[in-house]
Parts: sequence; C-alpha cells; structure tokens
Amino acid sequence: MAMTSEMTGDRFRLSMLIYDTRYRSQTIQVVAMIGFMLLAAWLITNTVQNLSALGKPIDFSFLGEPASYDINQRLLEYTSRDTHLRASVLGLINTLLVAAMGCVTATIVGGMVGILRLSRNWLISRLMAIYVEGFRNVPVLLWIILVMALMIESLPAPRAFRGENATASLQVFDSVAITNRGVYIPEPLFSRGLGDVSVFGAFSISLDLIVFLAVLGAGIWAAAWVRKRADRIQDSTGVRPVTWWQRIGLIVIPPVIVLTALGFQLGLPALKGFNFAGGIYMRNSLIALWLALSLYTAAFIAETVRGGILAISKGQTEAAAALGLRPRRIMGLVILPQALRVIIPPLISQYLNLTKNSSLAIAVGYMDITGTLGGITMNQTGRELECILLLMLCYLALSLGISAVLNWYNERVKLKER
Amino acid sequence: MAGTSFVRKELMGQTPPPMTSAGIIGWLRQNLFGSWMNSVLTILSVGFIAIILWEVLPWIVRSSWTASSLRECREAIDLAWGDHVDGACWAVIRERYLQLIYGFYPSEQYWRANLAFILLLVSLAPILFPALPRQMLWFSAAFPFLCFWLLWGGTLWLPIVAALGFAVGYLAFIAANRAAGQLAGAIAALLAPVVWWIWLAAPVSRGLDSVIGIGIEPVESAKFGGFMLSVTIGITGIALSLPIGILLALGRQSGLVILKSLCVGFIEFIRGVPLITLLFVASTLLNIFMPPGTNFDIILRVVIMVTLFSSAYMAEVIRGGLAALPKGQFEAADSLGLDYWKRQRLVIMPQALKISIPAIVGNFIGLFKDTTLVSIIGLLDPIGLTNNIRADVNWNGIVWELYGFIALLFFIFCFSMSRYSMYLERKLNTDHR
Repeated sequence: MAMTSEMTGDRFRLSMLIYDTRYRSQTIQVVAMIGFMLLAAWLITNTVQNLSALGKPIDFSFLGEPASYDINQRLLEYTSRDTHLRASVLGLINTLLVAAMGCVTATIVGGMVGILRLSRNWLISRLMAIYVEGFRNVPVLLWIILVMALMIESLPAPRAFRGENATASLQVFDSVAITNRGVYIPEPLFSRGLGDVSVFGAFSISLDLIVFLAVLGAGIWAAAWVRKRADRIQDSTGVRPVTWWQRIGLIVIPPVIVLTALGFQLGLPALKGFNFAGGIYMRNSLIALWLALSLYTAAFIAETVRGGILAISKGQTEAAAALGLRPRRIMGLVILPQALRVIIPPLISQYLNLTKNSSLAIAVGYMDITGTLGGITMNQTGRELECILLLMLCYLALSLGISAVLNWYNERVKLKER
Repeated sequence: MAGTSFVRKELMGQTPPPMTSAGIIGWLRQNLFGSWMNSVLTILSVGFIAIILWEVLPWIVRSSWTASSLRECREAIDLAWGDHVDGACWAVIRERYLQLIYGFYPSEQYWRANLAFILLLVSLAPILFPALPRQMLWFSAAFPFLCFWLLWGGTLWLPIVAALGFAVGYLAFIAANRAAGQLAGAIAALLAPVVWWIWLAAPVSRGLDSVIGIGIEPVESAKFGGFMLSVTIGITGIALSLPIGILLALGRQSGLVILKSLCVGFIEFIRGVPLITLLFVASTLLNIFMPPGTNFDIILRVVIMVTLFSSAYMAEVIRGGLAALPKGQFEAADSLGLDYWKRQRLVIMPQALKISIPAIVGNFIGLFKDTTLVSIIGLLDPIGLTNNIRADVNWNGIVWELYGFIALLFFIFCFSMSRYSMYLERKLNTDHR
C-alpha cells in the first residue's frame, strides 16, 4: 500500500496548491478573484483618469437641473421646465406602458396563432406557419420602422378630416380618429369628478380612476368568492347552485353605479384648427412600437404555445376522450392546464424580451426611458457614464422585477409533485 | 342442409373507398371542411389569401424599374397602366442595391468583399458538413485573418503576425512544458501570445512591411455598411460567442463558488439590460474604460459588445443542455478516470451541445437580427441606409419596396440558418425510435 504510507506522512507543501485536487479548486478561485479584481481596478483607474482629463468627474446633480425638452406622449403632467429626473421617470412609465400593452396583445395573438397552427385545417395551419416564420426571421427593428413609415405615409393627415368634402372620416361611430400623427380615442370624463390625489407631492393621479379600479377589483374578488362557495356546495351536496348571474352582477353593477355617480361621459376627439383636440392621443410612434413589438413577440409566443401543447403526450388526449369529454373540453380541462406549466417559463422570457426590445423606441422617437435618459438627457448634459449606468440599472430592476413576479406565479401553477 | 349454407367460398374483391373519403375530395373533407368550424376557417383564409394576392400581385407586376425618383416612378406607372394605379417602384432597389449590400465600400474594391464572402462559405463548409475532407478545417482556421485583411486591407503582415501569436503560444508551451512541467507550460502558453500581441506584433509587422511591402489599399471602418457590415458583425459575434458561452456555462455549473458567482453576475447583468444600452457603451464609454489615449475602431467596439451580449445568452442555452444530461453521464465519465477537461470534451459537451442545437441556432439568428441595432448608434447597416435613402428628396415616401427588399434578405439568411439547424438535429439524432 504505497499510497497509504505516503498519505500518512502528508504535510502541507506549496506544490500541493496546484497538484492536489483538494486544494487546487481553492487556488483556481483565488487566482480568478485576483484576476477579476485586477481587471476591475484597471478599468476603474482608466475611467477615473479619463474622466478627470475630460474634466467631468462622476456627478449625478444634473438630474436636478431643468430638462428643457418636451415629452410628447405622457401619462403624467410634465413641462419642459421639469427636471431630468422627472423626465426619466416619465420615460420609465412610458416604457412600462408600451411593455404592458405589448405583452397583453402578444399573448392574445400568440396564443391564438399557436393553437391555430396546430389546427387540422391544412390551409389555416400553413397560413399561421407563414406568419410565424415571416415575423421571426426579420429583425424587430425593421418591423418597428416599417410600421412607423406606413403610418406616416399611408394614413390621412388631420386636415383630410376637415371641410365639406373631407377625404377621411372618423371610425367607430365617429369616436376614433386614425391619423398619420397618431390615433385619438375617446377619453372618460367625469362631470362630478373627485379630483386628483397627489402622490409624494410629485405626481397627481385621478381619484376617479382609483375609485373605479377599487370597486372593480372588489367586484371581481366577490365574484371569485361566490364561485368558490358554489364549488364547496357542489363538493358537499353534488348539486351546483346557478351563480353566473350573481357573478356577472357583482362584477358589472357596482362599477356602473360608481360611473353614474361620478357623472361619466365620453370625451370625443374633435377637429380644432389643424389638429384634433380632446380624447386620448396615442402618438404614431407608440402605435408603431406597440403593433410591431406585439406582432413580432406573438410569433415567438405562438411557437412556445405550440411546443407546450405538443409536449403533452397523446395518451392524455386519448384518456380524456375515453372519459367521454368533447374535443373542446379536452383542450380546456386536460391539455391546456398541463401545457401551461410547460409554456409559462419561456413565456416569461418572451415578456422580458419584449420589455427590453421596447428600448428600440428610440428609433421612432417614442420617449421611453432610452429616449429620455439615454437619449436627450445624455446628449444635452454629456454625462454618458452616469446616464448609461442609471439606464442599465433601470432595465435591470425592471427585468428582475418582472421575472420575480412571474416566477412567483410559475411556482403557484407548477405541478406539485409529492 | 349443406345446400342451403351461405358461407362464401372465395374472397370478395376489394371495393375502392367511397368517393367522399379518397382522392382530392377526401383530402378536402379531411383537411379543409372537417367540421362547420373548419369550413368557416377555410373560407375565411381563402378570402384573406385572395385579397392579399389581389392587392399585392398587381402592385408587384405593375412596377417601374427605370426611374431616378419616386415621382418619375409614379408617372411612368400612370402612363403605362392608367391613372391612379398603385405600383411598386423597384427603381429604388435598382439604384441603391449596391449601397444596401456594400455600404460606402469603394466600388473598385467590391471584389474583396465578394471574395471574402465566397471564402467564408468555403471555410464554413467543413464545419457545417462533416462529409467534407477534414483538411479543409485548416483553411477555416486561417480564414478570420484572411478575411480581416481582405476587408480592411493594409499590409498583409499584420494578420500573419497576429496569427503567428498562436504559433508563439504553442512554442512557448512546448518549451516551458519540457523545462518546468505542464502547469508552467499552460501559463507560458497563455502569457506568451498576449505579450506578443500587445508589445511585439505591431513593430514586427511594421518592420516586415518596410522590408517586403505586400499590401492592398486600406479601407477605413466608416466606409463599411449595408449587409456586408451586418454579416461581418454577425459572423464574428457568432464565432466568438459560442466558445465564450461554453466557458461561462461551465463556470456557472462548477462548484467553485467565486468563479460561479462571477459567471452568474455577468450572465444575469447582460441578460437584464437591452442590447442598445450595451451599444451605447460601445459608442460612448468603451474608450473611457481603456487607458488614456486609446481609441479603437468602432466596428471592433461593437463586435466586442455584441459578443459579450450574445455569449451570456449562449451560456444560458448551453446550461439548459447541461442540465438536461442525466447525472449518470458525469459519473460514468468520472469513473473512467477522465479529468475535468477531457470529461467535458469527450463526454459532456458533445451531448449537451447536441441537445441545445435548436436554441443555439435560435441565438445565432437573434444575434444576426440584432446587428440591425447598430443603425441606432450611427453605423450604416441596411436599416441605417434606409434612413438615408428615405431622407433623399428623390425617394422621400418610399416604404414597402425598400423594407421589403431588406426583410427578404434577412429572411433568406435567418430562414436558411433555422433549416440547417433542423437538418443537423435530424442527422445527430441518435434516439432509437
């Protein structure tokens, strides 16, 4: 036993740091750490030297200075006298707005396309395949710019709506104006409104909206409670009480009462001078970005959905059919709940991709956070390092936040194996 | 009794299937009109296709190929097909296609870009198709240096001297290995080329050039553009991001805590920010991170950032492949007595990479599409050029023709990549199903 006799006389020698597997991993780690720290130190010294040579040490006070540029699509009030910080926050809200709009539409379109692509109908499945391949294999930036260019070139200008022989007219009962500058949709107005509530003294949010959402949320919660109660009764007695009218009533009636109490009316867009006034104005850049992002991401989501459904083994369909379920119920009760577990994780990363791709807004002039903080603010103040650092932090926080929320949801719906 | 039995003595001839379930009618019934829902969908899609063709085909055909501006185009179409006919103005493609492909590369040097592209295909062939002779891989290894020289021009000695760095590393390894053992060899193999590239390569190539000057006319990066730029950035990014991604994935999988957290930090940071912010770093900040006075090429800076970006995604994809491998594979490799790198090279990676082929190629396609983002930091890739063309008075207002052309080219590149990945998947499939 040569080995054991060597082992007994084992004393630590320096060469064991390299040749002994017990110590080697530690050595590698220490070397990696030192290398990383050296690299970081080198980069930081360079940066500090360069910045002091340029005469602009790291300084975030520019955020408090007036921005003096306008943000043309905004959800909160803002004037060009406001600070860069406020401009950045508005940009962040715009990013969230287009990301949320895009995620909702992309999910709906993508889900439909994904299911239709599996359809037994030869024609429709081919059409969907063309849609998916067409959108997936062309850069999203191209789609965004193309939609923007199409809106500018082919939609009527506001002045085409004017005069006796107008060449364009309002859509949907004269309430929606689609122009090459953007889309005007009716806005909710309250004749007996509650006014605004101020948050942190910085932003004011309509109290009407908050009340409406609160009542709606309470209604939905109550409806869910009624349904759970029906489930309980069915479990114990075998007879399910009819509750659909209660649930619809709980969701619909309270918000209607609130709206009537607040004096709800629709503010329609109307021509005033050279442009439309009134209504909610969605700029062409927002529409272009939203459409392009959601159609592009929908193609990816469609593939995710299709893959998820295909991942469920055929035996599940057959077993459900053997229980006597009809095809639609097989899909709804057996296949989709299982497929959802496969679909959700890649779906999360598609949402994240959409959010990150919304930074391409800068190509069409939509003022998201890249357009404000990483665009005009950076160019005006010349604070590249600070701006890009903040920009990256914002996106990082956004990504981590979205993935945290969705991973929590994923944990909830995941198959609980015992 | 026997006389009244009705037992048939001979087989009946097979009758053909009923008309409604065979042939074209059967196919139609099965695939298009299976249920009323299906029939509605079929009719809707036929209508949709008909409308699209009705609108698009005349537009494509009733076109004008020879005009020098959009107005001339419209007039020519009106003249030929009657008033108020919408037709495509392909003249813009005819006038600008060279620019869309080569950017502002000097036209008398187009052959260099063409040659580089052909050589690219030649060097890719042995990697893509294993049936080809293995000796061709030597050319693939030399191609990056050759391509660099062809595209940027200048002295031939620079790429040769740069390639010599690898030879220097090899020689250093042999020498140090013999003198002081394997570890010293490894360290020498890492350090010697770095020393060579940083301090020796430039003076040596300058010296060689002054003795025997072989070179072609240099072309500066500002003149690069169009698809040439996209392909240059895309291919370089693809080639570099795969090995870096593999290393990052291995680092993330390893049990070494510090190494692992460094890798995780890098991957999650890169994946959390959009590429455009990294390109901003490339265009404004990368020079600030370097020693004072450094100013290196914008295309190089973009390639660095694109590679970093893509390698983080690649690492995640490969990690997925690694996680999908059964633990038994690792243990079997260990029990054979393979060391870490041999285990990875011979047992783990071939399987893990095979599992993740679709996702890897998906990443490549994504990277290639993402090269269009360089237009935002002012490089003239196809999309950057469209802004120029559409700002031109002559072509102001042109949309479909231009973007359609670019979309088509991108589609061809990306679609062929995804088809290749399907072929590869089928070929490497070892399931015994």
